Amino acid sequence: MKRWIAFWNIVAKDMRAYYLKPPNISWGLIFPLAWTGMLFIRTGSGLESILSVLPGVVCVSILFGTTSMLAVTVTFEKKNRAFERLLVAPVPLELLMLAKTGGAIAFGVANALVPIILASFLVDLSQLDAGVVVPAVLLIATASTFLGLFIAVAVSEVFEAQTFSNFFRFPMLFLCGLFFPIAKLPALLRPLSYALPLTYGADLLRGGIVGGNALPYALDFAALLAFCLTLFAASLWNVRRRWIA
Amino acid sequence: MNATACGAAPAIEVAGLRKSFGSVEAVSGLSFAVVRGEFFGFLGPNGAGKTTTINMLIGLARPDAGTIRVGGIDCTRNPKAAQSLIGVVPDESNLYPELTGFDNLSFCAALYGLPKAERTARARELLAAFGLEKAADRRFGGYSKGMRRKLAIAAGVIHRPEMLFLDEPTTGIDVASARQIRQFLSDIHRAGTTVFLTTHYIEEAERLCGRIAFIVSGRIVREDTVARLLDPVKGRHLVRIEWNNRAGEMCARLAAAFPELSFQPEGPGLVRVESGEPVRVGPLVRFLEEAGAEVAEARRLRPSLEDVFVQVTGLAAGALGREEEKGGHAA
Repeated sequence: MKRWIAFWNIVAKDMRAYYLKPPNISWGLIFPLAWTGMLFIRTGSGLESILSVLPGVVCVSILFGTTSMLAVTVTFEKKNRAFERLLVAPVPLELLMLAKTGGAIAFGVANALVPIILASFLVDLSQLDAGVVVPAVLLIATASTFLGLFIAVAVSEVFEAQTFSNFFRFPMLFLCGLFFPIAKLPALLRPLSYALPLTYGADLLRGGIVGGNALPYALDFAALLAFCLTLFAASLWNVRRRWIA
Repeated sequence: MNATACGAAPAIEVAGLRKSFGSVEAVSGLSFAVVRGEFFGFLGPNGAGKTTTINMLIGLARPDAGTIRVGGIDCTRNPKAAQSLIGVVPDESNLYPELTGFDNLSFCAALYGLPKAERTARARELLAAFGLEKAADRRFGGYSKGMRRKLAIAAGVIHRPEMLFLDEPTTGIDVASARQIRQFLSDIHRAGTTVFLTTHYIEEAERLCGRIAFIVSGRIVREDTVARLLDPVKGRHLVRIEWNNRAGEMCARLAAAFPELSFQPEGPGLVRVESGEPVRVGPLVRFLEEAGAEVAEARRLRPSLEDVFVQVTGLAAGALGREEEKGGHAA
């Protein structure tokens, strides 16, 4: 019980101190809007093209929303030593890191809702398979957050976390089949696509929103889950190695 | 005094503790014990290994070798269990600048699993104890250094720990805040809390601690009760004289004129006079003035731990990196 009091208070503190601040709320709203608008104008087609870009926009919104926050909630707190206060509290490291990432996962899910809600006013989403989309959004948010965590605990400075994040994020825009089919990528790059978590998330969302997923759902879910576990375990290992050395 | 020798159960037991950073050995085989309810001081110059030791005791660093038991719990194997018994006040006030003073305390209490009603009551109680009630709803980022330190100490004791670890709690803060902090620490010690204090303020350690260990270059060079540490300097008579001339040259002349006294230059125009008999200040001042020195101050000193530290370690007192609090002396 005591551990869960600590857990919920860490999540609530991060939500209040970081995620619910006006700059982050506006980022969460404007970023998906800008992507939707940009791709809609670029395709030059009718409203039906919204459906084809929606899975990609949802993925990008989650990825950028979650990974950018970990640099603040983890790297910045480590830099100003506030994180030490958490490390000396009697909370298991696993639970502590889940609490530190819980807010980012929720923020990622909220970011995903923005383009989906907007799209619901413009196109018919009755074909959307909630049984696939809801767990997919949760898993994409978790995998992206843990990717952000992995980066945040591997560096010492906030700017390093931001730079390192971009090193992963921008290639993922092109390599994960968000807006360009993986089949159209050069053969040399395709194996790289399947080494990135968003490839499986985007495939799930495409299947759940418009149909036509390239891989079986079970494989997509299993791959995302494996990325989540691997990234989280690697992050814990890094915290123990670097911060409790 | 050995912890087990006094019959009380040790709160902290350390044996053969070692820690290196690359080729530098920061802690070299430390062994000591702190009795329950004791106020234990860990005194040494900057870089002696104090913070590394405290970090290993609180679970922020892993020893290369040795064992640590806190409250009977093996910290190297089960650090989280031991952490529920301890409170920590690090050398920096590392609370959350965007939260208010009250919210910071409430959050720290939640980390130890205190229910909401208890968190609120305890936060209000500690804010009042440190005179911070009016700043309770102000953001921590806007606090003065003294206020930050007080709130950091309040955060360290919010869950009523059995043991409190403090790393340089009064460094660089104003006299009034430092006095308030020392009074608070004395009060919680009297109430039964075991306190482990690292400091380089000798006067602070002498005033607060029952037992002190001197640490130099990662090793404990002496460990005893304050009373026993002071034994060798009891009966010594000390005078410090300051004048506007070079100390070295004048020291030699003083030594020649007063062979029964010992003179130690402490800086430009500053000399420490020591004797087993009471020192008569008048002849010394007259001698200096007749030699052309303008005496600024001649002050009798009480033999202190500083003298013991110098005797034991062979280091100058300045090696402790003495700092003065804003607006006055550490004492």
